[in-house]
Amino acid sequence: MSDTYKPVPVLPSEITPKFLYFNRRDFLKAAGIVTGGAVLAACAPSGGGTSSSADPASVAAYKGKTDELGDPLNSYDDITNYNNYYEFSTAKDAVAPLSKNFKPRPWSVEVSGLVSNPKTYAIDDLLKMFPQEDRIYRLRCVEAWSMVIPWQGFPLASLLKVVQPTSAAKFVRFTTLEDTTQLPAEADTADWPWPYHEGLRLDEAMNDLTILATGLYGAPLPNQDGAPIRLIVPWKYGFKGIKAIVKIELVADQPNTFWQDVDATEYGFYANVNPNVPHPRWLQSSERRIGELSMRPTLMFNGYGAQVASLYQGMDLKLNY
Amino acid sequence: MSFINWIKRFPYTPAQIAVHVYAWSELVLIIYSWIIYLIYGVFTYPLTVNPIQAMEINTGRHAIALLVLSLACTPLTTLLGWRDLLKRRRALGLYAIMYAVLHVIIFMDLDNGIAWSLLIQTVIQKSYILYGMATFLLLIPLAMTSFDVWKVRLGKNWKRLHQLVYFIAPLAALHYAMDVKGDVFHLSGNINAPVNYAIVIAVLLILRLPFIRRFFASLRTRILFLLTRIIPQPKADVES
Repeated sequence: MSDTYKPVPVLPSEITPKFLYFNRRDFLKAAGIVTGGAVLAACAPSGGGTSSSADPASVAAYKGKTDELGDPLNSYDDITNYNNYYEFSTAKDAVAPLSKNFKPRPWSVEVSGLVSNPKTYAIDDLLKMFPQEDRIYRLRCVEAWSMVIPWQGFPLASLLKVVQPTSAAKFVRFTTLEDTTQLPAEADTADWPWPYHEGLRLDEAMNDLTILATGLYGAPLPNQDGAPIRLIVPWKYGFKGIKAIVKIELVADQPNTFWQDVDATEYGFYANVNPNVPHPRWLQSSERRIGELSMRPTLMFNGYGAQVASLYQGMDLKLNY
Repeated sequence: MSFINWIKRFPYTPAQIAVHVYAWSELVLIIYSWIIYLIYGVFTYPLTVNPIQAMEINTGRHAIALLVLSLACTPLTTLLGWRDLLKRRRALGLYAIMYAVLHVIIFMDLDNGIAWSLLIQTVIQKSYILYGMATFLLLIPLAMTSFDVWKVRLGKNWKRLHQLVYFIAPLAALHYAMDVKGDVFHLSGNINAPVNYAIVIAVLLILRLPFIRRFFASLRTRILFLLTRIIPQPKADVES
């Protein structure tokens, strides 16, 4: 070569080890993540969303989806960190961490009462018998907030058709697990009539919109959202969606519901979303969609009037709230 | 004054520091949580993914906490003889009103887009909001006359005006009790916090009744006397 080139003397100890040289990109990546993560962890929010157990791939499959009115889905973090589940806590953001040790297996659902084929089903048998469908529904809480949620589940009607309600059956009654080792706040029986119980009229239960939900965003239902199986009745206020169901009973008389037992002047049996029937505490004519800062008008029957308004023909909905 | 001198004669009492730190803590937490949201897009405690409702609840809760603390100063002085507490009443009361103002402003926004006429209708229809509004309106004259110049202008009536707080505090507890989910009159539902406040307020008011106040004041004197008699004071060892 030309004599302008003068090699710089290098000590053998300064030579990068062969292993590091050939893997330097991985080494830098690992070092960067560790230090960057440490920096972020120092100033990152604590107590924010407890990490979800959803597979990121399954959540990503729902990217860009909307409900039938075109509104975007709420994020997995929103849905799993803002829960009214008083069996754990009345603080909505505390339910996720407190429900981490809840065990949704083994689990069975007893279907009994006025039916021809009463049976106790293991939850995994139910999942095999009825193919899980994707149902993107709006959930409207009585507290005047709402979310758009991609549930997976099967119509309650499918299960009821298998057990065959007799002609005497007029209502369906649901009950939650009663177990203070799993649901600790159930120990406070002074203030609350545990276990959580709910009910539907038989025709409401047979409507195709009513589902038993077992999944969320393509993954099994998280504990804080009602694992392993819960009811979703999208045209009614969210409290009708009883969680952690252990018993479904067909009965002849209208059953009392949990919130009726707490305060019957405020919470009724039907609990249909109705902007014309104000609640003693919340004017129900508007709601806040989680993720938006301004209010939006509430839709009659939460926007599902086309499928369910016929159930209430001739009923005074102010009386039957 | 040099810095060293300032440290040596640190001008703030522990109660003073505690009051100001506690009072600002809620607002600081809320602002911090908003900053975290703006940077990371995540809502943390105390805001939830429904931040406006969370702020409404937290400002209200902090306001009644501060109001009750301000009410607690005189009974605690009666029981413990800690006279510095008496000087903290004004700060606590004004902080309570600060949070009450934030609470009312957020309420107006909560139903944003609602015309004034509808807002008035809401206040009248929902009795718990009516009690809240009444509480707030009654607090305004107390806030405005909090300052020494008014003590001179009003004379005897200043004390009578500020004794309105004995009515305002139970009204605030009633507003709280009727706001939570449940039926306070049948003791069912989410009523533990407001019922506890109501009990504490009742106790703080009872401790002001003259004969009860005299009883506890003399009880305190007698206990202190007995303690100083039974526990001998150590004699100071003087090595000259």
